[in-house]
Amino acid sequence: MKTIAGVLIIGLLSACASQTTQPTVDVEDRSVGVNGSGADSSALGSGSSGFHPLNDPSSILSQRSVYYDYDSYTVKNEYRSLVIAHAQYLRDNPNAQVILQGNTDDRGSREYNLALGQRRADGVKNIMTLSGARASQVEAVSLGEEKPRAYGSNESAWNENRRTDILYRGE
Amino acid sequence: MSTHSRIVFHGLLILFLWFMCMPLQARLNIEIFGGGTERIPIAIVPFADENRLQQRVTDVVAADLQRSGLFRLIDPSGLAPYAPAEVVYSDWTNRGANALVIGRTILMPGGQVEVQFRLMDVARQVQLTGLATVVPVTQLRAVAHRIADIIYEALTGDVGVFSTRIAFVKKQGNRYALQIADSDGYNEHSIIEYTEPIISPTWSPDGSQIAYVSFENKKPVVYVQTLATRQRRAVANFPGSNSAPAWSPDGKKLAVVLSLHGGSQIYLINADGSGLQRLTRSSGIDTEPSFSPDGRYIIFTSDRGGSPQIYRIPVTATESTAAERLTFEGNYNVSPDYSHDGKSFTFIHRHNGRFNVAVQDIATRQVQLLTNSQLDESPSFAPNGRMILYATDIGGHGILSAVSRDGQTRQHLSAQTGDIREPAWGPLLKQ
Repeated sequence: MKTIAGVLIIGLLSACASQTTQPTVDVEDRSVGVNGSGADSSALGSGSSGFHPLNDPSSILSQRSVYYDYDSYTVKNEYRSLVIAHAQYLRDNPNAQVILQGNTDDRGSREYNLALGQRRADGVKNIMTLSGARASQVEAVSLGEEKPRAYGSNESAWNENRRTDILYRGE
Repeated sequence: MSTHSRIVFHGLLILFLWFMCMPLQARLNIEIFGGGTERIPIAIVPFADENRLQQRVTDVVAADLQRSGLFRLIDPSGLAPYAPAEVVYSDWTNRGANALVIGRTILMPGGQVEVQFRLMDVARQVQLTGLATVVPVTQLRAVAHRIADIIYEALTGDVGVFSTRIAFVKKQGNRYALQIADSDGYNEHSIIEYTEPIISPTWSPDGSQIAYVSFENKKPVVYVQTLATRQRRAVANFPGSNSAPAWSPDGKKLAVVLSLHGGSQIYLINADGSGLQRLTRSSGIDTEPSFSPDGRYIIFTSDRGGSPQIYRIPVTATESTAAERLTFEGNYNVSPDYSHDGKSFTFIHRHNGRFNVAVQDIATRQVQLLTNSQLDESPSFAPNGRMILYATDIGGHGILSAVSRDGQTRQHLSAQTGDIREPAWGPLLKQ
């Protein structure tokens, strides 16, 4: 578990260096200060060859989060290529499985937010199965407002928490 | 709403009452709105020798009665009768008291205490009821709640709920504890603790079990835990999310919300996890079921009309049964809980960015807003329908609060530390 997290963190550090449009990273542990500033990918490893395709920072598959507008579960166009890339990976790797975790900001009812997070995850699952993934490879669940990545009652925290994360089983 | 004008109107009265109650209620932060002319004026004389106990009985009794919103405490200072023969009734008539509580405590060997109490009718100059009991010192709060129940029942004719228990979730750092406490928030203890979230605890009708949702397996799963044995079982652990448990009044079934067949839909399942049966069939979100007390209906939150609103459906619903929409004010009404007489429900209503506790009468559809805080959650009726327990946000932390059914008395139950959420008022236990 620790080593996987370590690989992820290294991968993500360089991902941040090369992709400024992706706002965040997909690790629970934020203590390493993954801010995307100053990380030099050449200093961290020898290009992409050392990485599993899912963690290769130069691959779209290393991007694992879809973000939403308030009260919305529509997957915005900017995230469709990411979702479709994962669907194609699942199509090409029949043994791979993902769990999609829908999340919401912390305003309102916890159970309603749980259902809203489910809709977000279901929406991603829909695109994935329409794009080649088998339904049995994709489980959509919700964490509602219970696992915020960002704390605080402000727009940036709320934006950060309205999210579906793509997690591969065994990671 | 009218609550606002009341606040302004009676600001001075609040201050006055608050001041009067300061020595007694300093920790308990009771807010009273409205004139209180219908409140029963009652004087509670500190019991003889109770200052020698680690827990003053009358403090607990007074706080209970005041929190109900049905009593007005009359200052007893300067007078200290402990027995009927010592009562000078004109003293109490002059202070405006209709009822008088007197009693004594007697410390006995082996950590036992005898508690005697009498409720006197000031106008008729007779004893209405009383109690004499011997308990361990650790049970003094329990005795006080029992006394408050006896007084409440004698003077209102309604059943008292001060001896009931509540459940809630407390978050401290990364730890989540499902806790049980007395109805005033004291005597809390954990029944389970995890490093993953717990939500939606709800009591079985006989008070012996609690259903809740745990995220310990990286997704929501519904468990039922027996309090006496601490044994637990997963009753809904289907692919996808499992949440929002609600007990049927006979305790045999649970309504749960599953994403098993897409969306979030309400299902019925036997309490042992068998016999899954789908209840709602919408293309949207259906969640937060609550059974009517006769077990015939379920009210729930749904966004089938475009915004989350509260609907009602018979438990015998078939595919062709249309759910009846109950709420129409505003575009966010969630978290319904049926009252125990089945005539109303409490819920969370959003307006101007605030989330507040409201009550709606089912027959007349009349809505009353009971709070004016920023962020209230999870309203839960007391078993007698006279109070509502909920969680509210103070400075980024959740605390327990109780509001009277008429919205005129609110209290933060601030005995706990940590971030409190998801309160659920337990049932009346048959003694």
